[in-house]
Amino acid sequence: MSNVRKTDTDTGKGTDTGTGAASGSETAAAKPAGAPADAFLSVRDLRIHFDTDDGLVKSVDGVSFDLKAGQTLGVVGESGSGKSVTSLGIMGLHNSQRARISGQIWLDGEDLVEAGPDRVRELRGHKMAMIFQDPLSALHPYYSVGAQIVEAYRVHNAVDKKTAKKRAIEMLDRVGIPEPARRFHDYPHQFSGGMRQRAMIAMALVNNPELLIADEPTTALDVTVQAQILDLIRDLQKEFHSAVVIITHDLGVVAEIADELLVMYAGRCIERGPAEKVFYQPQHPYTWGLLGSMPRIDREQTDRLVPVKGTPPSLINVPSGCAFHPRCPYADVPKDNITRTERPELRLVTDGHHSACHMSPAERERIWTEEIAPKL
Amino acid sequence: MTEPKKTIPQQGDRGGDQNGARGSGRDTAEPLLKVTGLVKHFPITKGVLKRKVGAVQAVDGLSFDVRPGETLGVVGESGCGKSTMGRLITRLLEPTGGKVEFEGRDITHLSAGAMRPMRRDVQMIFQDPYGSLNPRHTIGGIVGTPFKLQGIEPEGGVKKEVQRLLELVGLSPEHYNRYPHEFSGGQRQRIGIARALALNPKLVVADEPVSALDVSIQAQVVNLLDDLQDELGLTYVIIAHDLSVIRHVSDRIAVMYLGKIVELADRTSLYESPKHPYTKALLSAVPVPDPSRRGGKSDRILLKGDVPSPISPPSGCRFHTRCWKATEVCRTTEPPLIQLAPGHQAACHHPENAPDQAPGAGGAGARETVELAEAKGSTKAEGAKETTEAKASKETEASNGGSGGE
Amino acid sequence: MRAYPARTTRHRTAVAAYIIRRVFAAVLLLLVVSAVTFAIFFLVPRLGGQTIDSLAAQYVGKGADPDAIAAIKKNLGLDQPVYLQYWHFVKGIVVGAEYNFGPNPSVCHAPCFGYSFKTHVEVWPEILQRVPVTLSLAVGAAVIWVLSGVAIGVLSALKRGTILDRIAMAVALAGVSLPMFFTGLVSLALFGYHWTIWQNLEFVPFTENPGEWAWNLILPWCTLAFLYSALYARLTRAGMLETMGEDYIRTARAKGLRERQVVVKHGLRAALTPLVTIFGMDFALLLGGAVITETVFSFQGMGQYAITGVKSSDLPIVMGVTLVAAFFIVVCNLLVDLVYAAIDPRVRLS
Repeated sequence: MSNVRKTDTDTGKGTDTGTGAASGSETAAAKPAGAPADAFLSVRDLRIHFDTDDGLVKSVDGVSFDLKAGQTLGVVGESGSGKSVTSLGIMGLHNSQRARISGQIWLDGEDLVEAGPDRVRELRGHKMAMIFQDPLSALHPYYSVGAQIVEAYRVHNAVDKKTAKKRAIEMLDRVGIPEPARRFHDYPHQFSGGMRQRAMIAMALVNNPELLIADEPTTALDVTVQAQILDLIRDLQKEFHSAVVIITHDLGVVAEIADELLVMYAGRCIERGPAEKVFYQPQHPYTWGLLGSMPRIDREQTDRLVPVKGTPPSLINVPSGCAFHPRCPYADVPKDNITRTERPELRLVTDGHHSACHMSPAERERIWTEEIAPKL
Repeated sequence: MTEPKKTIPQQGDRGGDQNGARGSGRDTAEPLLKVTGLVKHFPITKGVLKRKVGAVQAVDGLSFDVRPGETLGVVGESGCGKSTMGRLITRLLEPTGGKVEFEGRDITHLSAGAMRPMRRDVQMIFQDPYGSLNPRHTIGGIVGTPFKLQGIEPEGGVKKEVQRLLELVGLSPEHYNRYPHEFSGGQRQRIGIARALALNPKLVVADEPVSALDVSIQAQVVNLLDDLQDELGLTYVIIAHDLSVIRHVSDRIAVMYLGKIVELADRTSLYESPKHPYTKALLSAVPVPDPSRRGGKSDRILLKGDVPSPISPPSGCRFHTRCWKATEVCRTTEPPLIQLAPGHQAACHHPENAPDQAPGAGGAGARETVELAEAKGSTKAEGAKETTEAKASKETEASNGGSGGE
Repeated sequence: MRAYPARTTRHRTAVAAYIIRRVFAAVLLLLVVSAVTFAIFFLVPRLGGQTIDSLAAQYVGKGADPDAIAAIKKNLGLDQPVYLQYWHFVKGIVVGAEYNFGPNPSVCHAPCFGYSFKTHVEVWPEILQRVPVTLSLAVGAAVIWVLSGVAIGVLSALKRGTILDRIAMAVALAGVSLPMFFTGLVSLALFGYHWTIWQNLEFVPFTENPGEWAWNLILPWCTLAFLYSALYARLTRAGMLETMGEDYIRTARAKGLRERQVVVKHGLRAALTPLVTIFGMDFALLLGGAVITETVFSFQGMGQYAITGVKSSDLPIVMGVTLVAAFFIVVCNLLVDLVYAAIDPRVRLS
């Protein structure tokens, strides 16, 4: 089974939002239209759909963003929002027989959707690397931790085993594993949870990737270990000046580490912008709901939480128009000439801050300052 | 202080009553649940003959009360014994030692049959809303099971009662004939809650009730638990690893580390001025959803290393291997859980936000006696095989002495 | 930090101690098995209303006179209490025994499984003579079924849902469902009588003529392997499908490994582990006698011998075959556990 990404151009093209050139342009520019000159990763109108027996699952349905080297993008959303599917799509890890991928993924001037599967495989683990949620299941139980790192190094470097071992021990040492030369021979089950995630990071970074994708890297870990791992990721990013995408459901984690934030709902990006902006002036009712759902550690709350009502929609029957409207408390707020079936585009609010909501910015500003913020 | 002389403890109900009476001298209300010196060791056996080669000291000497109508939060990292504690106080596990009293009645070693009537009053909610519901039974069957087990015929019939419960937890009565797989995670947790509430319990023990749920659903369930407490006057013990959730839901909070309670305090007191270094480190490690606080690394305490194995926990204070304040006394002497401020207990020789407690460092005379009594109790218990009853009574004695000293 | 010795002397002593413990357990188990077989042989006919006399009469012939029956009873030891008979049996295995059937006492050297009640031929040499037949049958068939089963299973899993997968699984279903005596007889009819490729199949010892040995065994091997490889293909397919969905496979791909490496090095190794256990059991059971195959192809193996013993209520033969079969099962189980510990580092021998 290969990791060929299907570059079907016959699916999901009808509703292109026109943020970039249509995929499949022969004279591939180094960057898509509208991308900043220093963007290392640019995703344009990414759609990842899966054929299932129940119907077409639109896991990712038109996501665009840019990420510069040395920057961290936090992708937040609940389960089923498409955040993990997006990251696996960038890495080219979807099963070609099931996934239909369209749009563009520009990595350092190269469109990965257009590139062949072999090329993407070469980049994988080398220029872009990924760490996963549960390091125990993500490491092979039958091979020693060292052997797995050596393997990752030797795929992309023609070196002998000895050199690779030296490099692996060096990496284990770098991520803070005590006695790395001895622990090299240990198996994953002999590591603690935090150590395993450190080993995963060592494995991901062994080839100095320029893009690191971390999918819920601390969700399976205890809070004190989580702090250690976040610290480590931050330090390593500074050291290697890599671009980092961190996917999480924990707003605390992104507040801690992300420069930019992307909020996903039902496979779409509903808000995107600098972390401070999204936290302090959120522009989408779903983001308000997320903030209201979160119990706070840093202050005494006597009131009830203000959660989003209802449950996330099915990705087969995504509600028409704004996918959030059945759960949105402001769906009935009058909007000029806009019907419920019209899908809101991601629009610029202020400096780098985008949001996909039909309400006028003034209206949202009013609701946020008068109704939402005081309750948080 | 009229300390009743040590009688032969644990004479069934009578012993429990006496303890209850002693407890009421301290608190205005009699505790709903009283746990004294609770111990659970899981033996590690080897070979065909099941020779005991060691024990996982999952829970090692817990004492606390749960007062009627309050929510006691229990936090700690994985492996600290909080889930084992939950299963012990609901008697899903048999304690190795110590004593559990519910409404003054000793339920520590009640048989399954004798526990059955108690099960009406003590219910449990589990973490995994997928694993704890039988996929082959309808929702009506699942929520109605407790009635069948207890042989109770509610007013208006089981079906009507179950539908009322479903409505109570925010589900539709029409869900009666559906199966668990038709529901989302949040809805399944609501079903679990409905089942727990069926028999109108007094105490609900919830083990990680929201940690498998998405943020927005988690908030819905937290609100539901809140509302149900107000409506039905429930008492909760909520076990969770998420310190933010615990802060939101609890009145009092117990922090556990390696089978021990290291700190037990009111919510505000615990979060505003933690006394135990572990609590402080734990609180500082939680990421705050506020980007402006980023880079505030200075006030973050990064613990080094991992939690030691509960098979051979460190001597003295169990936290000393990772504690930046540890001194010689921490390695040798186990600090007792004592009151450092009103309603605020901690087990530390060198607490934060409070005078030093190390032996010889001065302090109230009463406190020193308490320490002696405690130390005596615990060393004896760890040494020769002392009967659990004796140990339990000693620790009760010690904590009573503590209250007398205040 | 806990210390984990990787592959040290301590580890080796632990393995040795483990093996010794298992050998003791095996001896105990064999004793229990023989006792149970003994009990079944003697006690069950009793429940059916037979007496010692009627039991003994079976070995004399029709219309035997009481004297002959008494003599037989004495000769076979049937007049003794069952526990004494059992004791003699066990003693015979360990130190040998002496028997007086005719005028001259004959010596049966250890391990002595006694003489056939019917033919008065010593059991142990008979078994020894038949083991190579069964062994040849089992080993050859096992090689074929493992190779073909695993290969088909892996291909099927990787090409899930394709025509190839469906055909393979349909054939596998047929293989699992068709009984051995049917496929055996059909293959004989086709290859033996219709096309006359193999006629007069008989067992030729490997040491005599390896070519003949293999040639004559091809048909039984394939028929036997068909049954098992079908099962193994299904198991491998299921195992591969499960393993290829594991997180560590995704990690292997995320490293940029080639798909072949991902499948073979990361997928197959994990998928095959559970197969080791099943293979150990299947193989051990076969060593105890491939009864139907041997019967269909008229091979004088353990299975045939067992049938002879059962048909004529010949206790020593039944005991001998049972114990040898049990011995193979015990040995194979031990090997499986050792192999398991070698494959999966999480398994600890204790």
